[in-house]
Amino acid sequence: MRLDTSGLESHAPLFGESSGFLDGVSAPPSFEVPTTNDYEMDLSMAMGYLDFDGFQKEAIQMVKPAKGTTTLAFIFKDGVMVAADSRASMGGYISSQSVKKIIEINPYMLGTMAGGAADCQFWHRNLGIKCRLHELANKRRISVTGASKLLANILYSYRGMGLSVGTMIAGWDETGPGLYYVDSEGGRLKGMRFSVGSGSPYAYGVLDDGYRYDMSVEEAAELARRAIYHATFRDGASGGVASVYHVGANGWKKLSGDDVGELHYLYYPVVAGAVEQEMVEVAAH
Amino acid sequence: MSIFEYNGSALVAMVGKNCFAIASDRRLGVQLQTVATDFKRISQVHDRLFIGLSGLATDAQTLYQRLMFRHKLYQLREERDMKPETFASLVSAILYEKRFGPYFTQPVIAGLGDEDKPFICTMDSIGAKELAKDFVVAGTASESLYGACEAMFKPDMEPEELFETVSQALLSSVDRDCLSGWGGHIFVVTPTEVQEKILKGRMD
Repeated sequence: MRLDTSGLESHAPLFGESSGFLDGVSAPPSFEVPTTNDYEMDLSMAMGYLDFDGFQKEAIQMVKPAKGTTTLAFIFKDGVMVAADSRASMGGYISSQSVKKIIEINPYMLGTMAGGAADCQFWHRNLGIKCRLHELANKRRISVTGASKLLANILYSYRGMGLSVGTMIAGWDETGPGLYYVDSEGGRLKGMRFSVGSGSPYAYGVLDDGYRYDMSVEEAAELARRAIYHATFRDGASGGVASVYHVGANGWKKLSGDDVGELHYLYYPVVAGAVEQEMVEVAAH
Repeated sequence: MSIFEYNGSALVAMVGKNCFAIASDRRLGVQLQTVATDFKRISQVHDRLFIGLSGLATDAQTLYQRLMFRHKLYQLREERDMKPETFASLVSAILYEKRFGPYFTQPVIAGLGDEDKPFICTMDSIGAKELAKDFVVAGTASESLYGACEAMFKPDMEPEELFETVSQALLSSVDRDCLSGWGGHIFVVTPTEVQEKILKGRMD
């Protein structure tokens, strides 16, 4: 590749109009730029900017693990139900089946993890610190609204720098249950029902079908578990263990953690197939 | 993502004492989306010859149809079944015909030859044969399968032990791969019989 600097040239000739003796030497100065063999190079150039060292792209590639995920949370009459799978994958390879994707920010607030594992873990820990400091300064717990806004503002300040976070902040504060969706693009949404990650379309299908506001804690936990299970079944990048947490007036509690490998045969037991033809011993004549 | 990884697959064949086993996973997906969990990748060519086709499902099915066609013509002309070695050469030749626009599939061939001698082989998508004495693997879980087979293979296994070994190798390997799994399908072939079994596996 060659970087053309001719645009920087003044229009007046460097040497006399045509002195003759420098003809062919006075080509506009230019220099060789080392070529990169990234195929992403073409992509970034097509997108209209030059990618000199590909560092930005590499940073985005680095946070690929844990991208395949299913997490969900919903508010119902007795609080918030939060659930997630536990698989971490890098491309097609499953790097772990026992990842903690529900992060305990404090005894009244949970965060979920989708996107870059390191980004989520770090910024949730950071949020935990900020919430504790708020508690010490104001002598009362931070609201879910406030906490989610702290995180959203931080993520917004890093916007475009390659952070990859898709999270739900769920908790119980003075106003009752709270649920927010926050992502690294700067988005922050308040809602009753969210699902985040590559398995979220499947989880939404089950969740939207089975959701009622006046569910009992047991019903809600089963709905959350089932939604995660169905997502792990259809989505190659989700799997492992379906963890379910409940946040009520007295803080969060882990309700279950079921291996979906066993859950499948619990939901759909294998039935003995009908025998179409049976070998019968022929009696000797 | 490579076109070979579009549907996801896992294939393995292993040699025992006068017998062999060939096994595959049961998933058919479109990238990360699981579409079917009863997909067949292994087909029986004749009584004691099997072929498994990993890679892009559409090409695997097309190639399978062409191979069956050619094998039937052979049977009509020669009035006998093909030897595994001959069949492998046929597959190789058909693949190389498409040298500059290949079928995106990597076959695994396993059969019993003369005097019940087991034969296994694999090849790349353009027909480079790779004969092996112990085991061959293919598909998106091939790296994990190499590891599992390398650790679990023993020479001269009886059919029962071979079934257990191949099943365990397959099931543990696909647990490290997003794109394959959702159960297994295995054939154990001895000079006298063909055993076909469906394996229960993790469905995530």
